[in-house]
Amino acid sequence: MRFLVFLEHHEGRLQNDSLGVLGKAASLGDAEAVLLGTEVEGLAADAGRFGAQRVHVMDDVLLDKPLPQPRVDALETLLGEGAFDAVLFAASVLSADVAAGLAARLDAGLNYDLTDLAVEDGELVGKRPALGDSIYVDVGWSADPRLALFRSGTFEPAESGGKAEVQKLESRLQDFSLAATMVEQAHEESEGPSIEDADVIVAGGRGLGGPEGFAAVEELAKALGGAVAATRAVVDAGWYPYSAQVGQTGKTVSPKLYVAVGISGAIQHKVGMQSSSLIVAINKDPNAPIFEYADLGVVGDLNEILPKLTELVRARRAA
Amino acid sequence: MKIAVCAKYVPEATAARRIDPSTKRLDRSGEGALNPFDANAVEEALKLKDAAGEAEVVIVSVGPAKALEAMRRALAMGADRVVLVSDEAAAGSDLVATSRILAAALEREGADLVLFGQQANDGDGAVLWAAVADRLQRPLISQVAELEHADGKVRGKRQTEFGYDVIEAPLPAVIAVSDAINVPRYPALKGIMGAKKKPQETLSLADLGVPAEEAGEAGSRTTVRALNEPPARGDTQKIEDDGSAAETIVAFLQERKAL
Repeated sequence: MRFLVFLEHHEGRLQNDSLGVLGKAASLGDAEAVLLGTEVEGLAADAGRFGAQRVHVMDDVLLDKPLPQPRVDALETLLGEGAFDAVLFAASVLSADVAAGLAARLDAGLNYDLTDLAVEDGELVGKRPALGDSIYVDVGWSADPRLALFRSGTFEPAESGGKAEVQKLESRLQDFSLAATMVEQAHEESEGPSIEDADVIVAGGRGLGGPEGFAAVEELAKALGGAVAATRAVVDAGWYPYSAQVGQTGKTVSPKLYVAVGISGAIQHKVGMQSSSLIVAINKDPNAPIFEYADLGVVGDLNEILPKLTELVRARRAA
Repeated sequence: MKIAVCAKYVPEATAARRIDPSTKRLDRSGEGALNPFDANAVEEALKLKDAAGEAEVVIVSVGPAKALEAMRRALAMGADRVVLVSDEAAAGSDLVATSRILAAALEREGADLVLFGQQANDGDGAVLWAAVADRLQRPLISQVAELEHADGKVRGKRQTEFGYDVIEAPLPAVIAVSDAINVPRYPALKGIMGAKKKPQETLSLADLGVPAEEAGEAGSRTTVRALNEPPARGDTQKIEDDGSAAETIVAFLQERKAL
């Protein structure tokens, strides 16, 4: 099968989620990639190292800002020139809009929120958790090209050390696609790793009692070399910024270790973090739903446990 | 100014949700309601109407006939009328088919601004607006947490993975709002009483000129092949802190090679 992977990049770096999807494509068939933006040709070599045989590059000042609609035009052009069996996207604010716009443009099927992709009896099959992940649905496509949007954090990038051939592409952008313009981009400089790329996440919820409760969470995260996340309830209450929010209306993360502190674990939170490899929960309510899916649940007072835990982790890592 | 708000009829949040194994579709036989995320879009439309002095807010929905009653909540909040596209042939529509039907209904309205809520609480897709914007060939701003309207333009501030974007677009445009944008008003008793009398129109696919084979499963490009049980998580263990919880956690992390 011939795959095209839409590669998202930010400040001169390919996004991990995109590279993860690229690796998945390479494991199933011939993986090609597309890079859209300004001065992006240099990133093609990185795409090659992570599994792309060929990288289609469209360098255009009109593609400088991360806006979806001109990208739909660019992909339509590319797909008009070569037949791909499937076009794959790693979900993000930008990519979701690009994928859905392209689906309408081409009358192509888009399956979204996928957590895996397989070839079964020669057919491409997507795996999608539904209804708060209580059921897993096998989805398919009835026509070419098949569009697939993967839940963030689904695949780890796999470095293959390959080299990609670069193919340049001329853009044909439509007027309406250029009508929306980026007026301002204020990109937050966050300390430490961002939660989507972090291997370790320490997350705080309402059980922290107030914004000051996050100090102990930050200390533990620092000791573990991880990032801090928050539930929607505390973000809504203004205790912590939205950029750290995990859950249905925030980010979906799948770190190697997720430590949930003072989080009851409602379904809206669960869907954002349940694919973490290891979940440790600390909560004073023994009936908190989070204990149903935490690998290790601790019923206790976080104010007593957190400082001790931080100290022990520090000592262990220093040893 | 004319503002169209796209709204979905979803199962009540309190109802147990299930997928009907025979149709492989969400069982929609129970009680339904206005998708709570769409109430944010209705609220934003009403705020724009208040600010503009004069505007018409029309709710546009695709769903079963009983969706009309749920849409009255938007009328009770203050929207002016409802257009519901309801047709047996539209059931089971995927993104491609739904966006085709919705775009046809919106073309008929010719609104200056089309608003969406951030997601349906029964679908997890959160992408319909981009498909509709492409079909309408209108500029799109999604996930908007702050919206301004002046001089025939809209300006939206939104959150991304990296921070904030401010995006501007001329009208007519398509905007998807985040649920952080406002707190939807509760309908007042007077609004509830008056809602029934406001214009409520039900259209068929034929009324919109959408052929039946371009809607529903026939017009869809995705399929549901099988339904499976979710993978079971490994064993979970729960302990009570007896003063040594921190040590237990560290030992556990070491055993699982996470430290």
